[in-house]
Amino acid sequence: MRRTLALAALCIAGAALTAAPARASGTGGAELDAVHIDLGDRAALQRGAKLFINYCLSCHSASYMRYNRLGRDLGISDELIKKNLLFAGSQAGDLMVTTMPAEDSEKWFGVAPPDLSLTGRSRGAEWLYTYLRSFYIDDGAPSGWNNKLFENVAMPHVLYELQGVQRPVLGAEEEVMEGRLVTVEKIESFELVRPGKLTPAEYDRAVSDLTHYMVYMAEPAQLRRYTVGFWVVVFLLLLLAPAWLLKKEYWKDVR
Amino acid sequence: MNDNSVNTARRRFLTGVTAGVGAVGAAGAAVPFVASMSPSERARAAGAPVEVDISRLGPGQILKVEWRGKAVFVVNRTPQMLASLAEVEAKVADPESAESLQPDYARNRERSLRPEVMVVVGVCTHLGCAPLEKFQTGPQSGVEPDWRGGFYCPCHGSKFDLAGRVYKGVPAPTNMEVPPYRFVDENRILIGVHHGAEVA
Amino acid sequence: MMARRLLHWIDERFPLSKVWNEHMAQYYAPKNFNLWYFFGSLGLLVLVLQIVTGIFLTMHYKPDSALAFASVEYIMRDVPWGWLMRYMHSTGASLFFVVVYLHMFRALLYGSYRAPRELLWILGMVIFIALMAEAFMGYLLPWGNMSYWGAQVIISLFGAIPWIGEGLAEWIRGDFVVSDATLNRFFAFHVIALPLALCFLVYLHIVALHKVGSNNPDGIEIKENKGADGRPVDGIPFHPYYTVKDIVGALVFLIIFCIIVFFVPDMGGWFLERANFEPANPLQTPPDIVPLWYFTPYYSILRAFTYPFLGVEAKLWGVIFMGLSILAPFFLPWLDRSPVKSMRYRGWMSKWALGAFVVAFVVLGYMGTKNPGNTDLFWFQNVRWAQIGTVFYFAYFVLMPFYSKWDKTRPPPERVR
Repeated sequence: MRRTLALAALCIAGAALTAAPARASGTGGAELDAVHIDLGDRAALQRGAKLFINYCLSCHSASYMRYNRLGRDLGISDELIKKNLLFAGSQAGDLMVTTMPAEDSEKWFGVAPPDLSLTGRSRGAEWLYTYLRSFYIDDGAPSGWNNKLFENVAMPHVLYELQGVQRPVLGAEEEVMEGRLVTVEKIESFELVRPGKLTPAEYDRAVSDLTHYMVYMAEPAQLRRYTVGFWVVVFLLLLLAPAWLLKKEYWKDVR
Repeated sequence: MNDNSVNTARRRFLTGVTAGVGAVGAAGAAVPFVASMSPSERARAAGAPVEVDISRLGPGQILKVEWRGKAVFVVNRTPQMLASLAEVEAKVADPESAESLQPDYARNRERSLRPEVMVVVGVCTHLGCAPLEKFQTGPQSGVEPDWRGGFYCPCHGSKFDLAGRVYKGVPAPTNMEVPPYRFVDENRILIGVHHGAEVA
Repeated sequence: MMARRLLHWIDERFPLSKVWNEHMAQYYAPKNFNLWYFFGSLGLLVLVLQIVTGIFLTMHYKPDSALAFASVEYIMRDVPWGWLMRYMHSTGASLFFVVVYLHMFRALLYGSYRAPRELLWILGMVIFIALMAEAFMGYLLPWGNMSYWGAQVIISLFGAIPWIGEGLAEWIRGDFVVSDATLNRFFAFHVIALPLALCFLVYLHIVALHKVGSNNPDGIEIKENKGADGRPVDGIPFHPYYTVKDIVGALVFLIIFCIIVFFVPDMGGWFLERANFEPANPLQTPPDIVPLWYFTPYYSILRAFTYPFLGVEAKLWGVIFMGLSILAPFFLPWLDRSPVKSMRYRGWMSKWALGAFVVAFVVLGYMGTKNPGNTDLFWFQNVRWAQIGTVFYFAYFVLMPFYSKWDKTRPPPERVR
């Protein structure tokens, strides 16, 4: 009995470790907006993929992702992919590489736009969701845009025609710096100065869709992993039953 | 304390069940490992069907394209070239292509969908060398005095006719392979997809 | 009948039955093994898992700084079931340390390092160090940014050694920074040199174990109490009793293993770190460089030394004490002066000492994942906690000759319970 209890304790310890808060992810302690990611939502993934291809892929690559993988996972036929998504001369099995030469983009933005295949994993869903909603107009920035989450980012607000243009609302905040109380100006919220094609709620959903897609793209195996895992664990539990009875049967000898 | 009452049948049964289910599990666990060695998505993408435009392929000319890392020969056969097939019928080892690899729709004398357009994998069926095209007939060909045109493998001297059929008495055992292919339209061939199959 | 004749044929040429009997069917193990005794066989299971998944990963991985990162993503996406191989390997690495740490704790709990098992313990410690080297080098291979900077920081430690340090660090890297040369040699060590050494060491560990016999939770020698048939009265043949039992243990382990592999492969950043999904970038350090959890207790000790002392800079003290913290357990067989082996029959001093050691180890491990300047636990800054932990860690070893001698013990029973 004690042994069984100890085993159970080990399982609980494992579960507790799983539930433990994620480790520091290098966001510098910035507050992130919550977003619920449901990879079972195929429609969201499809809408996100469309946004990604229309808006992101012109500068960024997702060079570990293949078009036909996207098609297979999101239920889009190769034919449709070829017609709607591919550049002329590419194959369905090609990697999602931007047509913009890296040297050009480096010249225009100062840095080459990073590959986005894994950003859903390296930054996380909440970071992406917050980032894409934190662009504001800034005359001081070279591109005319700045971002609250990623200050002085080289990337302009690509989705502005959807979101519109927002301006920061500043507020004074007191904080302790090296033992002294100082006042710093911080962005408290945003104010929409020119509306875009989408309402704020629609824009949030669009960004959530895009985040869905990028989380999926960071690890396409996710769509399969859970199902396979469920059956593997069920099988192992099934195998555990006779193994446990066998052990009990033999250990009747031992006293 | 029940040494005398060992239930052997139960032990044997439980051992059998555990071992049996365990063996199923082991086999299941082996599946992903074995499968991981089959061609990856990258290999599949590289091996994707290849489209060939034959509008500029003149009569008697050959076009070589790469498909899955192998050369595929596309020949626009002239009427004389097609006529040669009947003439060498007695010299070739497998005239009906019974022992050779080709899709069913290419199991005819021309070994092709359209008689004039020949599509074969340019790999000698002996040891995988690349045969040379020898379309020149007669002694000029350098192959044999009454050569009717075809392919000659420089490695071990295997000879094939203008349908890729292997000659008798050479090392190569079978005819050159015909890959799956279909006509997209009058002038375009898709190599790697079977005739009549859905376009992937 | 056929089988019997075949066996006979083999036995005349190879001692198959003899080996089977000596090590399985007639190897007598104490009958009172508890939960803690699962972790030896589990260690063997994880070793096999790591070797098998490692072989299949090697088929697709490219040890080239220009290709390594992409080849890992190729495994994750393009290779059929490649993601499973990779997650099994990364999860296996962490669980290997879980299993080994619990296995080692068992030895501390029941005095398994005591005579006549000193050599068994030392071989085990050598396995532990080889395993640390194996894990450290393996962690560079994905060539993510954390791989890169982790290796950079740890190799730089060697630079703290006076006179030869800088040259030694360069020799290890084969370059002035971690580079393609480093990756290529770490690959060689990770996939062939160390696995070979590990397999051989594990073999020696088992040979030594079967020579002296297993200890048990009562810490008494079952060989001293033999029946008329010459077999230990409290022993049972390893096969079938412990084979059927270890199968149950292995299945429970595999269930936990599979839950992690399929449902939480990155374990919220504990098994696979977020920063490692960005390719190595020699120009950009991740915000917090931390090794994976299994190294953090030692990393904490390294960072706990913040003052120069005796004319030696703090960095070198850190390196020295980190080295000592790994070497200290080697001396346990000679530090322990208790008349009994098992914690069951020891007094409060040993129990509290072991308890404090475990708490110190966990605190050190936790602090190793945090920024030393922050305050993540109550009262003190993280670095202060690490210093307290370091004191307790070493006190366990240094004071052992005293408390283990002064401690009141109870006489262990004649027979196992």
